[in-house]
Amino acid sequence: MTAAVATPGSFWRTFRRDREGMAGLVLLLLYTGVAVAAPLLADPAGLSRINGTGMPQSPPSLAYPFGTDEDGRSVLTMVIWGTRVSLIVGVAATVISMVIGTGVGIAAGHFRGAPGGLLNRLTEWFLVIPYLPLAIVLATVFPPAVPKIIAIIIVIGVTSWSSTARLVRAQTLSIEGRPYLERARALGGGHWHQMRRHVLPNVMPLVLANTTLTASIAILAETTLSFLGLGDSQRVSWGVILDQAYQGGAVSNHSWWWILFPGLSLVVVVLAFNLCGRALERALDPRLRGATR
Amino acid sequence: MSTPKLLEVEDLRVTYRTAGGDLPAVRGVHLTVDKGQTLGVAGESGCGKTSVASAILRLLPPGARATGRVLLQGEDVLAMNWGRLRAVRWSAAAIVFQGAMHALNPVRTIGRQIVEPILLHERGVGARAARKRAAGLLEQVGVPSWRLRSYPHELSGGQRQRVMIAMALACAPDLIIADEPTTALDVMVQAQVLDLLRGLVRERGLGLVLISHDLAVLADVCDRVAVMYAGRVVEEGPGHRLFTDAVHPYARALAAAFPTIGDPASRLAPHGLPGDPPDPRGLPTGCPFHPRCAAAVERCRTEDVLLRPAAPDRSAACVHIGTEAVAP
Amino acid sequence: MALPATQRLAETAPAAEPPGRGRRRAALTPRYVLGKVLASAVTLAFVVVVNFFLFRVLPGDPAKAFSPRGRNADPQRLVQIRRDLGLGLPWHEQFWAYVKALAHGNLGTSWGQKQSVVSAIGDRLWPTVLLSGTALLVSAALGMWLGARTGWRYGSPFDRLSSGVSIALYSTPEWLIGLVLLTTVTGTAFPSGGMTDPRSTLPGAVDVAWHLVLPCLCLVLVYIAEYSLIMRSSMLDERHAEYLTTARAKGLRDDLVMRRHAWPNALLPSTTLFFLSLGFVVSGAITVETVFSWPGLGRLTYDALRGPDVPLLQGLFLTFSAGVILMNLVADLLYPLLDPRVRAA
Repeated sequence: MTAAVATPGSFWRTFRRDREGMAGLVLLLLYTGVAVAAPLLADPAGLSRINGTGMPQSPPSLAYPFGTDEDGRSVLTMVIWGTRVSLIVGVAATVISMVIGTGVGIAAGHFRGAPGGLLNRLTEWFLVIPYLPLAIVLATVFPPAVPKIIAIIIVIGVTSWSSTARLVRAQTLSIEGRPYLERARALGGGHWHQMRRHVLPNVMPLVLANTTLTASIAILAETTLSFLGLGDSQRVSWGVILDQAYQGGAVSNHSWWWILFPGLSLVVVVLAFNLCGRALERALDPRLRGATR
Repeated sequence: MSTPKLLEVEDLRVTYRTAGGDLPAVRGVHLTVDKGQTLGVAGESGCGKTSVASAILRLLPPGARATGRVLLQGEDVLAMNWGRLRAVRWSAAAIVFQGAMHALNPVRTIGRQIVEPILLHERGVGARAARKRAAGLLEQVGVPSWRLRSYPHELSGGQRQRVMIAMALACAPDLIIADEPTTALDVMVQAQVLDLLRGLVRERGLGLVLISHDLAVLADVCDRVAVMYAGRVVEEGPGHRLFTDAVHPYARALAAAFPTIGDPASRLAPHGLPGDPPDPRGLPTGCPFHPRCAAAVERCRTEDVLLRPAAPDRSAACVHIGTEAVAP
Repeated sequence: MALPATQRLAETAPAAEPPGRGRRRAALTPRYVLGKVLASAVTLAFVVVVNFFLFRVLPGDPAKAFSPRGRNADPQRLVQIRRDLGLGLPWHEQFWAYVKALAHGNLGTSWGQKQSVVSAIGDRLWPTVLLSGTALLVSAALGMWLGARTGWRYGSPFDRLSSGVSIALYSTPEWLIGLVLLTTVTGTAFPSGGMTDPRSTLPGAVDVAWHLVLPCLCLVLVYIAEYSLIMRSSMLDERHAEYLTTARAKGLRDDLVMRRHAWPNALLPSTTLFFLSLGFVVSGAITVETVFSWPGLGRLTYDALRGPDVPLLQGLFLTFSAGVILMNLVADLLYPLLDPRVRAA
């Protein structure tokens, strides 16, 4: 995984030839469009439990293409607004995760001796500790004064950075051995200067590919935590819809639409992120580019 | 011709299909080896010598196309069906690969790897008999037979190369192709391995194709040597003569400044020879060597020269043959 | 979800470090074993410290935060919570008391289950081992087979189909498959939840197996995707190795070249990643057990967090972490046994 990318232009040309990656990108743009245009697509009043206009748990029809839930709300309206919440949570958590992961990774690779060693150990601990139990525990003990949606973002952010940190550290170690960094060191460049001007630009392509994969995990995590009841019931995300469906008897009533549509929205967006991430990796890794020869 | 030669390569061409277009690695090569003979193939990296070796048993990577004829005891390898090809591989001709470290499977014992082709090709030979033969082969190449239980990483570089040779002998083939068998070894071990190969040719009457960048080594070991440049043989003749008094300017440069043994840099660019080997994607017109040739004249830019007789038993591909300009 | 994203999805493992967290080539010497055991112990100690501080060093009154009814909790209950948490003592004394209790195998008393945390967890351990273990074995076997086939035939129609399906399944949470199965399939052939049915006429083991089918299927579908992608990427790395050309030159059929030569080599990095993916298995267990009311640690976690039952959650977090750390240790100790290059060094 050498990040020896020539220019953004050639990178984009490689990426554009990748059909999987382009499919993922188009889907992501579509979802972003839905999230941005949510107020135009569906009336937010339809999200309120007391404003349900349809029959409870009725199957898809012309008026309610995705059917209704137990309060007679349109599942379509909830899925559209859920797109917004799920994407915001996913992206915000990813940003936190990438900032921590990149920072810890560069520092762990740059500083020799105890500080670097300690950061490396910390990364390994977080890699080993099972993700979901840790996230559950964190979400449970979060101060109740903090809005739950913020809590979820922070919880996901601080539990998902370790794999990024590990990758970035490995890349930093390989960059630190290169001659120009030794020159920067010899010329008396400070730690901050070395890391910011020389290491960071070189790990960025790797971080970029990792971001999309982390985003897919963050969105999955948000949905899973919300499904387990740790979500914000005031702000309907896909996971919250699924939690309400599970609690509200969708299973015993066989109300498949209440589960399938939010579920599919989730799977498709996670898939889109994964496809993009894989394509980015292929574009970055010359070993794979030649593989189809 | 009553009996067919052991190996006759006729007009062999190998082309790699790549994203950047077709890449002609071998462009019409003729070679002949008979039993008890050693043929050397020399040339810089990228001249196509390894492609020739791979093509003889059709071991080219997917995406490569080989045309022409490779007659192994009169039978065209390139035209065989898969079943026949598998039967011929290793039993009629075996290969000693370059850099035995990677050519041996790291997680299987030496013994299992030597025994494998015996059990595969010789019906009726039991596991015990095959193992006994493997032990004998190891002893023959100078590796103690208890090494059968060892893994490749436990052996030294020289021992691994000997194991490769023992493995090549497993099914008693008539032809052995050795692709840079001594490249990764130090000088002493290199000499030992070459002695071993020479001895095998003498005792077993094998045909040996020895591929190397090192013309000095080839001149010492081989009956005949072919020098390749840009996918073609540019000079062919008796080994020591070619080394001491080459006709083609490239062969002469290769011989005059033959690479120092053990110095990997000199293999890439022989001393006294300016420039790099040509990119097969964009070969120069005329003689592909002319941009680097000190004796190049106007004709060399336009006229593509093929091998032509240069002296009794020798041939070379140069416009100067028969003229005064090339005479040493 | 504990495994690095890029390692699971990448078509090649990162080249910078060997798989398995920079696992160096090392023989199974006493020194190596001791080092690995110590490292695991340190990791476990870190988990214990995290566990302690997360639940105590909180702004405000932790007792109120943990009380099921928040600020309107009844005072008696709050007193009990404060005593359980050892609040009021200086924090280092609290920590010491916590570690001492832990050393005696005492994780406190569950607030919801009316029994000790240790016995609550002990009761639910085996169903989880049964469900996760079965799913793991089935999916590892199938996934490694599938991954080897697809990696070997990189770019073939079969590879494209299989990889496409794998990536799609990989993007799906296990519990969602469970919910969809429950709303469509159940009520017909398979039971909708639990581990046994008292009304069943089937022999006990068969009844359990019958209940096992659907939750196991959910896990297997997602794990197969995971393991086949791992194995595929190992195979892609191995596919151009030179010893494979040797094997072909010997006259082996393509199939044998793959099975005898490429597969054993590709298996090594995959085995490491297999063990490292156990954190991911824990997430699957928690959510799928929840959906199918499978009486294991996962369902117990769900019940505990709905409370919230803080001592039980703490105990579960510790149990899951210890389990994963133990499995990582097993992987570390097993690796030298599997790889001859390491074994004999």
